[in-house]
Amino acid sequence: MSSPVIVASDLVKQYDEVTAVGGISFEVAPGESFGLLGPNGAGKSTTMRMIGAVSTRTSGRLEILGLDPDAYGPEIRSQLGVVPQSDNLDEELRVRENLIVYGRYFGLPAAHVRSKADDLLAFAQLEDKAKAKVTDLSGGMKRRLTIARGLMNDPRILLLDEPTTGLDPQARHILWDRLFRLKEEGTTLVLTSHYMDEAEQLCDRLVVVDKGVIMAEGTPASLIREYSTREVLELRFGADHNASMAERLKNVGDRVEALPDRVLIYTADGEAELAALTDADIRPLTSLVRRSSLEDVFLRLTGRSLIE
Amino acid sequence: MTGTGVETRQPASVRRRPIGSLYAGNARAVMYRGWRATKSTNWLVVVSGVFEPVFYLLSLGIGLGSFVGTVTAGDGRDISYAAFIAPALLATAAMNGAVYDSTWNVFFKIRFARLYEGMLATSLGPLDVAVGEISLALLRGGAYAVAFLIVMQAVGLNLSWWALLALPAVLLVALAFASFGMGITSYMKSFQQMDIINFIMLPMFLLSATFYPLSVYPPGVQVVIQALPLWQSVELVRSLTTGAVTVGILWHVLYLAVMATLGMILTTRRLRRLFLD
Ligand SMILES: Nc1ncnc2c1ncn2[C@@H]1O[C@H](COP(=O)(O)OP(=O)(O)OP(=O)(O)O)[C@@H](O)[C@H]1O
Ligand SMILES: [Mg+2]
Repeated sequence: MSSPVIVASDLVKQYDEVTAVGGISFEVAPGESFGLLGPNGAGKSTTMRMIGAVSTRTSGRLEILGLDPDAYGPEIRSQLGVVPQSDNLDEELRVRENLIVYGRYFGLPAAHVRSKADDLLAFAQLEDKAKAKVTDLSGGMKRRLTIARGLMNDPRILLLDEPTTGLDPQARHILWDRLFRLKEEGTTLVLTSHYMDEAEQLCDRLVVVDKGVIMAEGTPASLIREYSTREVLELRFGADHNASMAERLKNVGDRVEALPDRVLIYTADGEAELAALTDADIRPLTSLVRRSSLEDVFLRLTGRSLIE
Repeated sequence: MTGTGVETRQPASVRRRPIGSLYAGNARAVMYRGWRATKSTNWLVVVSGVFEPVFYLLSLGIGLGSFVGTVTAGDGRDISYAAFIAPALLATAAMNGAVYDSTWNVFFKIRFARLYEGMLATSLGPLDVAVGEISLALLRGGAYAVAFLIVMQAVGLNLSWWALLALPAVLLVALAFASFGMGITSYMKSFQQMDIINFIMLPMFLLSATFYPLSVYPPGVQVVIQALPLWQSVELVRSLTTGAVTVGILWHVLYLAVMATLGMILTTRRLRRLFLD
């Protein structure tokens, strides 16, 4: 295996008394798609900013493309594409100009930057918006433009901080499709998310982060295998009864989890479990059998759900 | 001939940059951005900066000047009141142009537009951003000054060939104010704090021996006025346009050069602190 493009070990970021990142270690291989998954305030963005060489670590070791960001900030940034959590497009410039000017920040030649901008407008499906004002774009279009901008310098690593948060399902799927293509072309992707389905779609491997530390690491499938069961039976008894029913059912299945709005029963076979409950005359208001997801992994690891 | 297919271009990663992580030698990309963005600027504000000193010159220099008569220049000659205040208005025009771009515009970019955050995520360093933005402000201050210098020439207020050197002098004035202005602005957190800049600029304009000689002040006050950057600028420019040149003007040059350097250092450090912490 070729040497990793990112090596972090015991990475810490301290803001006065807040420990945003409390000693995390991971490696990312070239061409890999790596995810940081965690709830609000987990330290995802802070980690991304350190990888992006725009935030100095408090302690620990960090190497991006074999270089220490403390000493080689500009060199590292010249080979990264960055999509920050909230768009910071240049609103005084038009859509195509945003790409061109951004390319110039990397010191790339004018002719190259122009043709690259046109390629990326096509990639982001924004050709007909080339002359539009940035403020006139929809949220999804802005996001695609930000991604296109991040690709102007043909980066070796693309950092995406919550690429699809706030977008409607259709816009998300368009974006996932674009990211998939990049992945196929061999771009290393590092992304954060608090959407399970997104992580399962896009990540080869991920870490679950909570309160600045890594709770688990693996492929989406292996995490589900390790920390959850194959299926989940979701039962709703009404807000007042969920807790007491969870207590009654605590020996059903492999594990029972009580949430305010429902009871989750972890089991290899959800239908069989439901049939057994029906036989025992336990009748929830609604029931649902589904496959385990990373959401369940997270719940298991932290006792909290990912999106509150 | 830039194909979009296979790129073997090596980013300038092997070569160490001159000042390490602060400077990528690409300030012109920041200036290029500023130039592309001028399309959306408020041209009325820009153009008014050209006419403002001309109006002052007409109303005060010609109008009030007819009552005042002559003023004694630095070398003892009597010069017209218009020729006395014109260089002060010239220095002020350079200052205003530079300060407008480097304070309000920069404040907006730092606090609201997050422009620099985007720039500093690329291979640009904080010094590139500082140099680029300050150069833009300098250009604007310089443009105002050149326009006014031409007006002065046209109405015969440049009394000496030394006036040619007034051009580099006002560029230095613009540089000093742009650089210092941006440095100060990077510490500002609110509009209220930004208003302090206006609060300082107007009295400085009125008091810096702009409309009357320094000798009208009592000695104690004179020292304070002499410490003001605009007074230094006015004296420098006035010596040149009136031809009352002595070696002493090099002190003004030094003052302004130090101010420019300090501003640059302040800005770079602060941008680094704000966006590359
Ligand atoms: N510049 C800063 N100064 C002080 N504290 C900060 C700063 N940036 C982040 N923090 C703190 O560090 C912690 C982690 O923040 P971070 O933005 O990395 O979380 P996140 O995982 O990206 O969350 P979200 O999902 O909400 O984006 C939070 O407690 C936050 O308040
Ligand atoms: Mg975040």
